[in-house]
Amino acid sequence: MSAWREARLVFRQQLRLSWRQPVWAVLALIQPLLYLALFGPLLRPLTHTPGFPPGSSWSVFVPGLLIQLAMFGTMFVGFGLIAEMRYGVVERMRVTPASRMALLMGRVMRDAVVLVGQAVLLIAIATVFGLRAPLLGLAAVLVIVLLLGISLSSFSYAAGLKLRSEDALAQLLNSLAVPLLLRSGILLPMSLAPRWLYLLSRLNPFSHVVDGARAAVRGDFGSGSIAVGFIAALGLAIAGVAVGTRTFHRETN
Amino acid sequence: MAAQTNQPMVEARGLGRTFRTRTGDVEAVAGVDFAVQAREVVGFLGPNGAGKTTTQRMLSTLLAPTSGEATVAGCDLRRNPVGVRRRIGYVAQGGSTNPNALCDEELVLQAQLYGLGAEEAGRRAADICARLDLADLGARQIKTLSGGQRRRLDVALGLVHGPGLVFLDEPSTGLDPQSRANLWTHIRGLRDELGTTVFLTTHYLDEADALCDRILIIDHGRIVAEGTPDQLKRRISGDLVIFTVGPEAERARGVLAGRPGVREAVPHDGTVRVTVERGEEGALPLMRALDAAGIPVASMQIARPTLDDVFLTLTGHSLRDQPAAEGRRPS
Repeated sequence: MSAWREARLVFRQQLRLSWRQPVWAVLALIQPLLYLALFGPLLRPLTHTPGFPPGSSWSVFVPGLLIQLAMFGTMFVGFGLIAEMRYGVVERMRVTPASRMALLMGRVMRDAVVLVGQAVLLIAIATVFGLRAPLLGLAAVLVIVLLLGISLSSFSYAAGLKLRSEDALAQLLNSLAVPLLLRSGILLPMSLAPRWLYLLSRLNPFSHVVDGARAAVRGDFGSGSIAVGFIAALGLAIAGVAVGTRTFHRETN
Repeated sequence: MAAQTNQPMVEARGLGRTFRTRTGDVEAVAGVDFAVQAREVVGFLGPNGAGKTTTQRMLSTLLAPTSGEATVAGCDLRRNPVGVRRRIGYVAQGGSTNPNALCDEELVLQAQLYGLGAEEAGRRAADICARLDLADLGARQIKTLSGGQRRRLDVALGLVHGPGLVFLDEPSTGLDPQSRANLWTHIRGLRDELGTTVFLTTHYLDEADALCDRILIIDHGRIVAEGTPDQLKRRISGDLVIFTVGPEAERARGVLAGRPGVREAVPHDGTVRVTVERGEEGALPLMRALDAAGIPVASMQIARPTLDDVFLTLTGHSLRDQPAAEGRRPS
């Protein structure tokens, strides 16, 4: 299948470019590491608060950080695409017979790989801080992180392609990021929230993803939260790729 | 390969593009008709905003036409855009490379996106680099290249898959005179050595004059004239033959005016300036006529009008004083 081949070609080139500037992938880890070191310890006394989920404070906090990494690490990739459009790289690829979907997916695959690498590193460091989790649970979290990365990177590229301006994209992402963050229970679990806020958070697919990630890390494979989280992440990934492909097709055909 | 011998490489029929803007519709290209034959170097000459880039972007499938149709390299533009893409190369005016990538990476990737295998792509990349004086730059990051090298790399990226037809949008803009002359040599080589059909845009008269077999002059989205550089210069303004005759200028005018082929004869400061259809053929009979009338001719000069004169005659404005109304169109 030639689209798959083309996506791999674009992926390899994008990965080489990322590899040439590893500093950005590392810098993206600084924020979650600061949260881990400076915010994580605050949660320890909360573990006995009514409504706090079972498990150690790390097994509650680290999954949240991983989802945050997945969201905020990939949400901004659209800026890179706008730069590539400015360089004329996107147009140069558009005049080739390569599939439009491949031009998008090659980039999304790069983002997903970089993200999973960052997530593995974050888990390793969190283990030093005191995270204990079953390997199967960690694998499940990584799958969820991967799906989320695919989703947000596709959405971000679609937005970048549509807006064609860094300023407009920054406005859009800012207006989305804060409500998504606050209503997803990433920093503090939504089970602590008053009922109205809890119900509001249920409307946000990311909150289900976070719950699923937490269930996976504490090894609660029987609860169904993992399945719900996985399905939410999968749905977001499918929606992202669909919107991304559609936009790539429309804007570049 | 589609588009063999007799079929034109490019054939546009009423091809037009209207942009919707907040202030109303802007007709960037107003339904143009033209053809480019195989192995021809054809230039689109016009000021910024004339519709050159818009036309090229339509023909290379980057921009959908709002009217008309075209056949490019044997494929119908609307029905078979992928077929068109397979057979053409396109070099945009604003560059096409990631400054952090290496030359080789970009060239090999581009060739592979056209379906070539890794080995073949590497071989083609090396070939085109040798041809365009980029041979030792393969492992260099693109941001370290000079402007001329980067422009040649853009051209190389448009040619690496060996297309039969290449679109060059303002190939030499921003280059110093030496790099320009160097690039021209390469562009001539494409046709002479590889048999490539070249369709370029330029707003430089000297570039059109130096490179093109045929020129299409475009202004405000319409083709206003077409022909070889020589034909255009002749057709529009004719040649100027200037005889230096001293005090006899007025009498010389009387002798020459009304002779066959003479459009106009104007005495001016000890000379008589005669506009004729073709200077080389027209000058000698005029010389003899002056001789026969007993007017001594101190010197004779044949002046060709420049393409700028042509442009001025055709459009009422010079190429140079055109405001940059439209750089690159929104798309």
